[in-house]
Amino acid sequence: MGTPSFAAKRLPVAALLPLKRLRAQLAPTVADGLLSLGLLALIAWAAVQLFGWAIGRADWAVLQLNSMLLLVGRYPLAEQWRLWLLGGLLAAQAGLSWGLLRAWPRADRREQGQLWPRHDRIAVVVIILLALLLPAGLRLAGPLQGRWGLLAAVLLALRWAAGRWAADHWGGRLHRRGLKLLGLLWPLLYLLGFWLIGGGLGLAAVAPGDWGGLLLTVVMASFAMALSFPLGVLLALGRRSSLPVLRWGSVAYIEFIRGAPLITLLFIGQNILGFLLPAGMSPDRVWRAAWVLTLFAAAYLAEAVRSGLAAVPRGQLEAARSLGLNQAQALVTVVIPQALRVALPTMVGQFIALVQDTTLLSLIGLLDLLGMARGIMANPEFLGHSSELYLVLAVLYWSCCAALGLGSRALERRLDPRNLAGSP
Amino acid sequence: MNGTPWWRDRRVLPWLLQAAVGLAVLVLVALLMTNLVRNLSAAGLLLSWRWLGQPAGFDLSETLLPFDASMPYGRALLAGLLNTLRVIVIALLGSSLLGALVGMAAFSRNGLLRGLARVYVEVVRNVPLLLQLLFWYFLVFLALPDGRAALQLPGLVLAKSGLYLAGFAGGSWQGPQLLNGSWQAPLQLSVEFGALLTGLITYIGAFIAEVVRGGIASVPRGQWEAAGSLGLHGVATLRHIVVPQALRVIVPGLTNQYISLAKASSLALACGFTDLYSVAETTLNQTGRAVEVVLVLLAAYLAIDLLISAAMNGLNRLVQVRER
Repeated sequence: MGTPSFAAKRLPVAALLPLKRLRAQLAPTVADGLLSLGLLALIAWAAVQLFGWAIGRADWAVLQLNSMLLLVGRYPLAEQWRLWLLGGLLAAQAGLSWGLLRAWPRADRREQGQLWPRHDRIAVVVIILLALLLPAGLRLAGPLQGRWGLLAAVLLALRWAAGRWAADHWGGRLHRRGLKLLGLLWPLLYLLGFWLIGGGLGLAAVAPGDWGGLLLTVVMASFAMALSFPLGVLLALGRRSSLPVLRWGSVAYIEFIRGAPLITLLFIGQNILGFLLPAGMSPDRVWRAAWVLTLFAAAYLAEAVRSGLAAVPRGQLEAARSLGLNQAQALVTVVIPQALRVALPTMVGQFIALVQDTTLLSLIGLLDLLGMARGIMANPEFLGHSSELYLVLAVLYWSCCAALGLGSRALERRLDPRNLAGSP
Repeated sequence: MNGTPWWRDRRVLPWLLQAAVGLAVLVLVALLMTNLVRNLSAAGLLLSWRWLGQPAGFDLSETLLPFDASMPYGRALLAGLLNTLRVIVIALLGSSLLGALVGMAAFSRNGLLRGLARVYVEVVRNVPLLLQLLFWYFLVFLALPDGRAALQLPGLVLAKSGLYLAGFAGGSWQGPQLLNGSWQAPLQLSVEFGALLTGLITYIGAFIAEVVRGGIASVPRGQWEAAGSLGLHGVATLRHIVVPQALRVIVPGLTNQYISLAKASSLALACGFTDLYSVAETTLNQTGRAVEVVLVLLAAYLAIDLLISAAMNGLNRLVQVRER
């Protein structure tokens, strides 16, 4: 407040002594100094309160006893090895991708040719802390601690091995082939994941009603993201099409979905979808909610992609057509890639909103992360310990959303045409 | 010319494509509708609005309209709609104010204030609204002390039994008073309403702060410097130079945030406030009239969205540059 000004930027702040710099930041005038003092007192008070609570009054046993419930819900105990296996595969694949991609030299990075650049070193420390110290601090059961440690070990070992290999073969045919294989492995792993989670084909089936906690949240969010993306692109193309039937159809769909709150759409999915389909054809409650989330996200994504399409000059399409590409080829190879690059920040914003929207599933009685936590809070045994659960949930959701935002900014830098020159 | 088969003719192709898509959509809709009619008639629930006149049989905790259990469903839904509108209007004003303050704080000379504004926006935007509403209701408002120990501020008392505000009663200004162990005040709000309002205002306020920040940042720095060199002081610069230009960028962004506020108000259910959605859900549970209830919900929210859009478009016309 006060007078918005650019004074702080105009001062050659970096050249000042640390103390003077602090003064320029905190107390450029007397009034500002008083304000800063008040704010500092407020922050200190809040920090002391929070610290005192976390060390003294908080009882983290509620997490120790419910860690698996929060992670996978009421997934049958005898089948949980499948989820640990999936976790291991995911860790391996993540380590592999991390190693192979970090060897990719780019114009915007200074630390080329290092096996562990600075950000990676920070990430390694964070992973070790999360996988070893957190389970130990929560006093989880021995086998659980061991499994978390193993997951981290797999991730880091493959990161190291893949990084070494990529550094040796960088830019060669093998490396390029490895990157292509990587792009293929992720969707395969995704399908494999559904098989491991849901069972069938030789594994005992686990009904979607038994999935819960973080598992259900991740399944729902990833399913809706993966499917709403192509749907959203099609809807955006439809809305910009010159053919009236496609255009008006897309407009009607997008505006209908965007006009209604998600909770009413979930309500339709739970209460009316059964009437719309032939008897016995209606999917499980979990899948109904997943489809509603997908169709909901597609409408918002379509608007993001549309803004990207609008930013691509018309000449691009015309140039592509005059080179002999047909309409579909021109769209897929020339227009859409450029549109998606422009739309990327908005699209990731929608994905973040989607992750947050999965919490609404708890309102229709599904046991996602929030639903599971509310179930635990309702248990008289843990009465009065909801603060701990709310804090953990807030930190979890915050990290997921903040990570998506960070990833989006990194991808933006990488896709910037000025940085693309050095890519293989 | 004769070499092109008719299915690759550019005059035929678009129509063929449209006919195919149109036909597919029509067939799908027809299939769904036949199923709907068949299933509804099998369940004896064919579209009818007579249930709106039947007594509701449930009570609503706080309403603007007088309401009790003997009154019809229609009135219950109307009372719910009024509650929704009340939340939207107050939260809209509150979040605009908060958003404007925080958005401007991003340009403060005070580094600490800038940092705090940033932290607030980043924390609030990345935590789901539902989680925040539950936090405000269960951990803050329901944990308030009651009676004499209640939180007392000048003209405002926060207690577990409700929020008590000073106001005009019987022609004179009255503050909250403790009578026989319970608080009395001219203006009383339930903790459910308070929690919902606080949650919505802090959440949407963070998004509005970003809109405001973007709007102010879009005013070129030369405008500030020119105003300064003309001798305008801080407030005058804001009022006459910066705000009018920033508003052109801010208003379209605000429209989106207000509409998402209207939709987000449907989460009132989480903190026990009886808004339109929560009344509709109870109605469905009692009558089984799913299709009619959904139609009411969709129509109501669509109307609210359109109302906000229309009002904001009017405002937008006022702030845009009028060229000759």
